[in-house]
Amino acid sequence: MKKAIITVVGQDTVGIIAKICTYLAEEKINILDISQTIVSGYFNMMMIVDLSGCSENFEKIADSLEKTGTQIGVIVKCQREDIFDSMHRI
Amino acid sequence: MINISEVEETNDMIEKENLDVRTITMGISLFSCIDSDLDRLNANVYKRITTAAKDLVKTGEDISREYGIPIVNKRISVTPIAMIGSAACRKPEDFVTLAHTMDRAAKDVGVNLIGGYSALVSKGMTAADELLIRSIPQALAETERVCSSVNVGSTKTGINMDAVRLIGQIILETAERTKERDSVGCMKFVVFCNAPDDNPFMAGAFHGVTEADEIINVGVSGPGVVKTALEKVRGESFEVLCETIKKTAFKVTRVGQLVAKEASQRLGVPFGIVDLSLAPTPAIGDSVADILCEIGLEHAGAPGTTAALALLNDQVKKGGIMASSYVGGLSGAFIPVSEDQGMIDAVEAGALTLEKLEAMTCVCSVGLDMIAIPGDTKATTISGIIADEMAIGMINQKTTAVRLIPAIGKTVGDKVEFGGLFGYAPIMPVNQFSCDAFVGRTGRIPAPIHSFKN
Repeated sequence: MKKAIITVVGQDTVGIIAKICTYLAEEKINILDISQTIVSGYFNMMMIVDLSGCSENFEKIADSLEKTGTQIGVIVKCQREDIFDSMHRI
Repeated sequence: MINISEVEETNDMIEKENLDVRTITMGISLFSCIDSDLDRLNANVYKRITTAAKDLVKTGEDISREYGIPIVNKRISVTPIAMIGSAACRKPEDFVTLAHTMDRAAKDVGVNLIGGYSALVSKGMTAADELLIRSIPQALAETERVCSSVNVGSTKTGINMDAVRLIGQIILETAERTKERDSVGCMKFVVFCNAPDDNPFMAGAFHGVTEADEIINVGVSGPGVVKTALEKVRGESFEVLCETIKKTAFKVTRVGQLVAKEASQRLGVPFGIVDLSLAPTPAIGDSVADILCEIGLEHAGAPGTTAALALLNDQVKKGGIMASSYVGGLSGAFIPVSEDQGMIDAVEAGALTLEKLEAMTCVCSVGLDMIAIPGDTKATTISGIIADEMAIGMINQKTTAVRLIPAIGKTVGDKVEFGGLFGYAPIMPVNQFSCDAFVGRTGRIPAPIHSFKN
């Protein structure tokens, strides 16, 4: 399974999750886990997603997510999960 | 499963604390290029480098994008050119043609530096070694990306003082040839004792003769991450301090290991080592000196600096070693002056002297690094400084290096500007007493007693 972590940070507004999830559904990317917090008006979300059903290359997905974020005024990052696994799990 | 606070911690390290992979360095053996015809040799070298490294930069960029971690430099190291050119080069200018070929190959594959314009002369110099050393000023003045190094001593062989004497003159000549650009040529030249074969960091990287055809070595960096972690344990005991450094070094090194394995797999080139060095940059917050201050010093150079640095270096290794399957290179804290804003501040405040820096090099890698000295410093004095540093390496069975920049036309109180990752450096005073008669002796310093272990 090719897993990635998507993080979304920015001013809270209507439809952030909807917009991101719509894009993921179009690309056949499955969401495995979502956690979200709001700290002093700032929206902070992390998704763990499975890319194995997606045919696009990673760079394209990451770019499109970044652009989607820009449209709604939040910063979206998509990174392969391995970097977090390496750092935080032995 | 990974949780949100772990993701935030990693991304804060990258975005706010300057965590990055400093370099992916591909080592390339040039032995298969050797030819007695200079033109054919140059053609072979160009073809070998551009073929082996054609995907290096693209692969580095892809990995950087996918993991969200900056990979600052993609670089190449090659077999010491003194060996590769020995059958074809009859005069220093012949060697310079190889420097131009390396420079052209580096530009064409898109790497910012290429190391290995080097000679290994720790016991004696061959005719080719000496020609290469004599060609260094011209080679560094006429090329942009070529880095040069000479190994003049080791614990097993002692110190080749004939080479040390010659290199004092070569450094001055290199400075003279690039005086219009703040003697920038000297920034690309390092003298070593116990030089490692698998060092990924410039200017001292070369692909050792004991290495395979191609190899991937990675250098990580994270002074800012260590500094931030230590801010949270101010006033705590040494036990807590050391544990914090170890845990942080572990996390930083794991990123390096991941990137190294990934690059090795994608390029189809074996993974060599991860270098555990804490390498600073002039960026604010990316400083080894700042860590020393966070440990409890007013400035780097204050009494206690050597102890604090020894502790830091040791804990970084202890944390890093478990995080990587193969550790090598220089692996220690770097204390360059010009590339570290905290060190520059310490020099400007009068807290840090050349002599204190020399003491600091006894307990960390790598040596007197990126230090600007007055342009009128005598060649013998430079050789004396090199000899001192080489002796520290030889006796302590560790790598030491010297990268001095005699700033032609400038003196104490002036500054030299290198730009980019190299920063700027205030010119430091040098002890004015003579060592002419010492440096003037010929031959070599014998290997120390503790090298005879058989």
